[in-house]
Amino acid sequence: MKRRSIVKYAAVAAALSLGLTACGGGGGDAKAAGTVRVTLANHVWTEGIKAAIPEFEKASGLKVELTQLGEDQLSDQYNVKLNAGSDEIDVMMYRPLQEGKAFAKNGYLADLTSKVSSDANWDWKDYQEGPVKATTVDGKVVGVPIITEREVLYYRKDLLQAAGVQVPKTMDELEAAAKKIAASNPDTAGFVARTGKSAAVTQFSSFLYSFGGDFTDASGKSAVGSDAAKKAYSFYGGLIKNYGPKNVSTDMSWPEAMAIFTQGKAAFYTEADSLYKNATDPAKSKVADKVGFAQLPAGPAGSKPYNIPSWGLAVNQASSNQDNAWKFIQWATSKERTLAAQKAGVPGPRASVWADPAGTSTYPKDLAEAIAASAKAGVGHDRPEVVTVGKAREIVGAPIVATITGGDASAAADTANDAFQKFLDSEKK
Amino acid sequence: MSVLNTSRGDTTRGAGRSAARTPGPRENFSAWANRHRKWLFAAPAMIFVGVLIIFPLAWTLYLSLTDSQGSVRAASEFIGLENYVTVLSDVERFWPAVGRTLSFTGVALVCEVVLGMGIALLLWRPFRGEKWVRVAILLPLVATPVAVGMMWRLIFDPNIGFVNQLLGMIGIPPQPWLSGQDTALGTTIFMDIWQWTPMVVLILLAGLTSLSEEPDEAARMDGANAAQRFFFITLPLMMPTVIVAILLRGIDALKTFDILYATKGKGGGSFHEVETLNVYAYGLSFDYNQYGLSSAVLILFFMIIIGTMWLLTMRKKAVSK
Repeated sequence: MKRRSIVKYAAVAAALSLGLTACGGGGGDAKAAGTVRVTLANHVWTEGIKAAIPEFEKASGLKVELTQLGEDQLSDQYNVKLNAGSDEIDVMMYRPLQEGKAFAKNGYLADLTSKVSSDANWDWKDYQEGPVKATTVDGKVVGVPIITEREVLYYRKDLLQAAGVQVPKTMDELEAAAKKIAASNPDTAGFVARTGKSAAVTQFSSFLYSFGGDFTDASGKSAVGSDAAKKAYSFYGGLIKNYGPKNVSTDMSWPEAMAIFTQGKAAFYTEADSLYKNATDPAKSKVADKVGFAQLPAGPAGSKPYNIPSWGLAVNQASSNQDNAWKFIQWATSKERTLAAQKAGVPGPRASVWADPAGTSTYPKDLAEAIAASAKAGVGHDRPEVVTVGKAREIVGAPIVATITGGDASAAADTANDAFQKFLDSEKK
Repeated sequence: MSVLNTSRGDTTRGAGRSAARTPGPRENFSAWANRHRKWLFAAPAMIFVGVLIIFPLAWTLYLSLTDSQGSVRAASEFIGLENYVTVLSDVERFWPAVGRTLSFTGVALVCEVVLGMGIALLLWRPFRGEKWVRVAILLPLVATPVAVGMMWRLIFDPNIGFVNQLLGMIGIPPQPWLSGQDTALGTTIFMDIWQWTPMVVLILLAGLTSLSEEPDEAARMDGANAAQRFFFITLPLMMPTVIVAILLRGIDALKTFDILYATKGKGGGSFHEVETLNVYAYGLSFDYNQYGLSSAVLILFFMIIIGTMWLLTMRKKAVSK
C-alpha cells in the first residue's frame, strides 16, 4: 500500500508538472494569428490611439494586444525584456532623447530607414527636422516621432492684471513680475517649476540655452561650468528660491509643480506645452479660465526653448513580427491620426498638420502662437545627448537643487562640470 | 492538461496491479522511489530553489566580476574584483547608503518591537470589543506599500498636506517632512513603523498567548509589581519570540524598497536623502544600466543581510539554551 501510493503521488506530480509546462507553452505563437503586441505609455496620445484601434484591426485584419504602463514602469519593462532579447514586444513607445541612444547602441531598435521611405502617401518628408534628427541614430532611422513639445510660459492672467504687469518678454521682466506678485500675494508664489534633480533638467535646459549656454560645447566637452551656465543655474534656482512656494520640495517633477500652479498657488510656471490640458481643463485645474500662455522670455542670448520629440514609436529588433509592427506604426502616425491626436491636445511632429488651420483649431490662441514661435527658435534637445542619460541628468541637475536650497550656484556648477567631464570621458571608452 | 492527467492516472493503476503479480521494471522503480523518497519528495522544492534562487545568485555573482553595462547581452570583460574596489571606495553614494540602510532598519526595528510589545501586552488579556481593536490594529498591514507611500506623501505634503495644516492650527510652522533633506529619512522610518508594527504585534501576541500563566501568578503571589513581572518573568520567557520578530522584521526592513521608491522616486530624492542600498542598486541597474557595479552592490548587501541574520540566530540559540 505504502509503495503503491508513493508511485501514485510521483506520477500525479509528474503529470501536473508536464501539464503545467504544456499550459505555459500555449499562446506563444501570436504572429501566426496575426497579432501585433504594442507597448505604450500612459499619455493623452495613447488614449486617442486606444479608442481608434478597432478601426485598425478592421482595416488590417490584425489583432492588437495593447500593454499600457506608466513612464517609469515602461522603462523598467524595456530594461528587463529587451535585455533578455524577448520577442514579446513588437511595437514600443519610447523616449528618443532619454533612451534612444542607449537602445540603438544595444541593438534593441530595428532599422526602419527603408520602411519610412517606402510609402510616399504616408510621407516621411512631412516630419519636422528636429524630431527626425532625434529618432535617427548613426544615419539610421530607428523610430517615428509621435509627440513633440516645447517649453512655454504658463501664467495667471488675473494675477498679472491685478499687479498691473505685462506678460514678460525677457527673463529680467519675468523676475521683476514674479517678485512683485509674490510680494503682494502672501499665499501665492511668483514662480514655480520642476525642482527634482533629474526632473528639472529638461525644463532648465531652455533657460540654459537662452542664457547662451549648453550642456556640452562644440568639441563635445562639458560646458555646465561656463559663465552662461552659472548665470542660468543661478537664475532658475534663484527664481524658485526667492519667489517659489514656501517649503518648496526638491523632488518636484511636473505633476507636483503643475498641481501647485493649477491649485492657484503660483503666478508663473514654465513647463512643456504638451501638458497644457492639465492647466486648462476645469476638471483638473482650479484656474482653468485664467491661464495664459507665452513664448519663453528671452535671456541674454534670446528666447531659445527646446523643441523636441518627447515620444516616438519603434520596432523591437528581436521581434519576429516586424512587418506587421510597421503596419501599426504607419497607421498610428498617419496624417489623419496625427491631426486627430493634435486636435485632442497632443502637439504632433508633422509640418502639414501645423500648416492646417484645423491642426491648431482646438488650442488656445496664445498657446498656438507661442508654439509656432518656439518651433522656429527651438533647440533640438532638452537634456545631454549621451547614452546613459539618467546618470547625466543627475550630474547636471545637481546645481539646480543646490541653488534652490540656498547653495552657491557657481561652486555647484564647477563641481558638476568636473563630474560631467569625467562622465563624458567614461562614455567614450 | 486533463488528458495528460488521465493517461498518467491509468498507468499508475496498471503499475499497482502488476506490482501485485510479478516484480517488473515498475516494481524496481517503485522500490527505488521508496528508498529515495526523501529526495524524491524534496526534489520539486529543490529544483525550485535551484532555478529561482541559486541560479540568479550565481549569475549576480558572475556579473559582479565583469564590466557588464548597457545590455547584459553585450560583450563584457571579466575584471575580477574591480567593481568591489570601486564600490567599497565610493564614499559619495555607497557608504552613505549603507549608513541609511542600517539606521533605517535599526530605528524602525527598535520602535516596532517596543511599540509592538506594548500593544501586544494590552491585547493579551481578553476585554470587550477585543476583536474590533485587533482588526483595526492590523489594517495597516494589509495595505499595499505603494498605496501607503502615496497616502503618506499626500498627508506630509509641505504645502497642502494634512499634517502641516494640523500643525498650523496649533501654531507650529509648516515642516518639510518628506521633502526636507534632514527630515525625509525620519519620515519614511515613521511610515515603516506605522505599517509594520502590527506584524510585530501579531508575532508577539502569539508568543504571549502560548506562555503559561503560572510563573506570572507565582510572582504576583510573591508581591512582584507589574514592571518586575514584565522584566523578570514575561520578557525573558518571550525572548525567543522577540528574536524571531526581530529576525523576520529585520530582514524585511533591510530590504525596504517600495515605500522609499513611492515617496522619493529614483535615487532616493535630489540629495539621495533616503537612498538605501536597495534603492541604490536599483538605480545602478535600471537608471545607469551598470549591471556589473549594481551586482557588486547587491552581493555586498546580501553579505550584510546574511551577517546580521547570523548574529541574530546565534543570539537566539544562546537565549534558547
